[in-house]
Amino acid sequence: MTNCPTLIVTVGLPARGKTYISKKLTRYLNWIGVPTKEFNVGDYRRECLKIYKSFEFFRPDNEEGVKIRRQCAMSALNDVRQYLSVEGGQVAVFDATNTTRDRRGTIMKFAEQNGFKVFFVESVCEDPEVIAQNIVQVKLENPDYMNCSSEEAIEDFMERIKCYETSYQPLDEDLDSDMSYIKIMDVGRRYLVNRVVDHIQSRIVYYLMNIHITPRSIYLCRHGESDLNIKGRIGGDSGLSGRGKEFAKRLRNFLEEQNIKDLKIWTSQMKRTIQTAECLGVPYEQWKSLNEIDAGVCEEMMYEEIQEHFPLEFALRDQDKYRYRYPKGESYEDLVQRLEPVIMELERQENVLVICHQAIMRCLLAYFLDKTSHELPYLKCPLHTVLKLTPVAYGCKVESVYLGVESVNTHRDRPENVNVQRSTEDALQTVPAHL
Amino acid sequence: MSSTQRDSGASTNSTEAKKTDPRWNEKKCSWASYMTNSPTMIVMIGLPARGKTYMSKKLTRYLNWIGVPTKVFNLGVYRREAVRAYKSYDFFRHDNEEAMKIRKQCALVALQDVRVYLTEEGGQIAVFDATNTTRERRDLIQAFVKENGFKVFFVESVCDDPDVIAANILEVKVSSPDYPEKHRERVMEDFLKRIECYKVTYQLLDPDDYDKDLSFIKVINVGQRFLVNRVQDYIQSKIVYYLMNIHVHSHSIYLCRHGESNHNVEGRIGGDSELSPRGKQFAHALRDFIDEHKLSDLKVWTSQLRRTIQTAEELGVPYEQWKILNEIDAGVCEEMTYQMIQDSFPEEFALRDQDKYHYRYPGGESYQDLVQRLEPVIMELERQGNVLVICHQAVMRCLLAYFLDKGADDLPYMKCPLHTVLKLTPVAYGCKVEMFYLNVEAVNTHRDRPLGKNPRDSALIHRRNSYTPLSSHDQVKRPRLYSAGNQPWLPLAPTPSALMPERLQSQARTGGSCLSPCAKDSTLMAAKKLVAVFASE
Repeated sequence: MTNCPTLIVTVGLPARGKTYISKKLTRYLNWIGVPTKEFNVGDYRRECLKIYKSFEFFRPDNEEGVKIRRQCAMSALNDVRQYLSVEGGQVAVFDATNTTRDRRGTIMKFAEQNGFKVFFVESVCEDPEVIAQNIVQVKLENPDYMNCSSEEAIEDFMERIKCYETSYQPLDEDLDSDMSYIKIMDVGRRYLVNRVVDHIQSRIVYYLMNIHITPRSIYLCRHGESDLNIKGRIGGDSGLSGRGKEFAKRLRNFLEEQNIKDLKIWTSQMKRTIQTAECLGVPYEQWKSLNEIDAGVCEEMMYEEIQEHFPLEFALRDQDKYRYRYPKGESYEDLVQRLEPVIMELERQENVLVICHQAIMRCLLAYFLDKTSHELPYLKCPLHTVLKLTPVAYGCKVESVYLGVESVNTHRDRPENVNVQRSTEDALQTVPAHL
Repeated sequence: MSSTQRDSGASTNSTEAKKTDPRWNEKKCSWASYMTNSPTMIVMIGLPARGKTYMSKKLTRYLNWIGVPTKVFNLGVYRREAVRAYKSYDFFRHDNEEAMKIRKQCALVALQDVRVYLTEEGGQIAVFDATNTTRERRDLIQAFVKENGFKVFFVESVCDDPDVIAANILEVKVSSPDYPEKHRERVMEDFLKRIECYKVTYQLLDPDDYDKDLSFIKVINVGQRFLVNRVQDYIQSKIVYYLMNIHVHSHSIYLCRHGESNHNVEGRIGGDSELSPRGKQFAHALRDFIDEHKLSDLKVWTSQLRRTIQTAEELGVPYEQWKILNEIDAGVCEEMTYQMIQDSFPEEFALRDQDKYHYRYPGGESYQDLVQRLEPVIMELERQGNVLVICHQAVMRCLLAYFLDKGADDLPYMKCPLHTVLKLTPVAYGCKVEMFYLNVEAVNTHRDRPLGKNPRDSALIHRRNSYTPLSSHDQVKRPRLYSAGNQPWLPLAPTPSALMPERLQSQARTGGSCLSPCAKDSTLMAAKKLVAVFASE
């Protein structure tokens, strides 16, 4: 979708959520297939200056400090150039304060020289509570403050912020009117968007406008065991088995226990997820995009049958499970594309339970846990297990809850031999047991 | 990049969902309040000639197309009703007491119509298209909105580029009913004076103080910059995204189908066959057509089916394949002829004719599904310059319906013959359509609407739409994009499920299909003058 590589540049005082935004944006762009990498100048500074002593380093009159910081920024920009021009990256996120017009000018010159587009993301926030929360959540864990008490760390950090405040030149509507940027104010209460020039910038803006930091949890689980599951067949649209129905009941109890505020429930449009949700006795929404991956000509087959009728296809799939598309069906890559609106809506929502399918759950999980396209198709998503994802600091905490109802295992690991000439035995090596 | 749009997006505020407690027992009340998202009023703000009506109409067309019943209420229309003959800009002077009274009266009448639309006629969004430049007027609107339990979202258009304003005036004001004599300089002069009248009392939205708690988007200099404040829900976020992606640069969109395929020749639907010899000829002709029209920077898009790809290959230019441009999936009927379908699935065949838009092939898709999955294509077409989309019959109908503002009733019967290129050029408030038949014969794949409207057998339709049994008690009745802001378009039939003993309150709002061509009611003037309508029958 994008031709020129894009350099996203964060702007803002410390503790304004720049790294949070950088990491989240990077995760999202990678998930939708845009190779993206973030470059945190703070990391470069920690490399350079093995030991952090105090906020004094950041004082504007600390000449040596200024020199080192400048060098770190240059070093990071060099790596950016390497990533975008040589390594095939599409988007680089340059995560630093970049609070002066001077620094931003340097970056823009660099981008122009290398043929990159620049998009600024500025975060402005004056709410002391939000800032304090920030500091507690992410700064105290920071390597800079490993050897201090919390109070000392907070105090030092506040002083650090002050060092930047005097020279801070926020993006200006008039002076910076030719630049492409989004200014995020008060954690998303307000946005100022200027000169969005292409598709990727418009997607980035849409994404940034949909995320929030209100605490919440996302629950992911599969439908209860289905009749086809028991028979070892993939796809299809069968109903729940006896054990599957039991799981649905247990799920209801589990949700009652958890006492989740304003929980929304989403299912696909296939019988097995709908039947699972029906047992919960509360309203739910059906999304066609949550339907299981379409296995095309292999629908409702057992792996043994696929090996018998389509041994070549079976081998090709094992060679590149993410990109492989079933004849007349879909690939994991196709799934990611059709799940993108689901992800966008999950970002907007608060507490949600998504009752879906194995391949779907793998894709969603890969988004939240930042898994690569290699890992994605092999993520373990067993039946009758609920995953509770809670965003925390820069990532996601995962709790796995097995609801104690037995089921078949539907997980098929990558076999050792993926050669198209392999024997049937080798091909079926990792097929899980079934009736 | 091709993604399938999802079919529903929950948008309720937690304030609405808070009405449910405890959640486990009152299934239908909480469900109804959850689904009956407050209707939303979009209020335009801005001096004359700032593109308010342009944005209103476009937004309305888009929202209706994605299934959210929306209607524009243009105050100018009401004023022209009240004051038959427009004399001059004096009417708009802020010290013209009598005129002020009339103008306020018009606003109140319009608001009444808004209320009726949103509470009784099944509307979900009302776009109030007027200058609304004073705080007094906006406060009046806010009081109205509060009284009726609606949400409100403001869209302010601010522009100080005199060239843009002049171009605006020439393009749409010169042909306005207010200026029948159409003498350009006179029109320009009077209109500019009209703008001055408003400037005197214009109070811009103030995000830092007076208006900081309002939900709004400020569009500055035709989309160069946007200020977005307090987006409350899903539909507002979609509206913002849409407004940020449209532009006013002139460009043309070319729509055509693949060349005739082998299946076409055999009368088979769907499948993935190759081009017939005549189809290949068409591809050559298409190449010549593109050369003739000297289109700079033309982007070419195809689906991922062979017949469109083969067509594009002949053009000798780079092209992009979108999976979501694939033809409608006919499920169990794939690759059958209509005769075969009628023989093997007579009931399905009849059902489809009863309601071609909502009917979903077993194991396949409906036109409604198509519209959903084509939404990213529309969004990207809005962003782009010149594009040629080589697609399929059903897909092309959906895209065309968006550009020509056709509702669900007409969409599935729009004529999209093979070997014909449609050129769409946005013009004033609509779209100019030119049709180019490239002189290569092909079979006709169009099936007309069956004669005599059969009464809809709702029970059958429900059974068909609920391809899977056992659903949440109102799922069966909802159109797919329900929680994007729709209310059910069919009366709620009782379900066998014990979950729902009574009918939902939203049943009272049934009536016209929520996919009724709402936008067509907007300024008759514009509709007549500016759209060269492509005959669909």
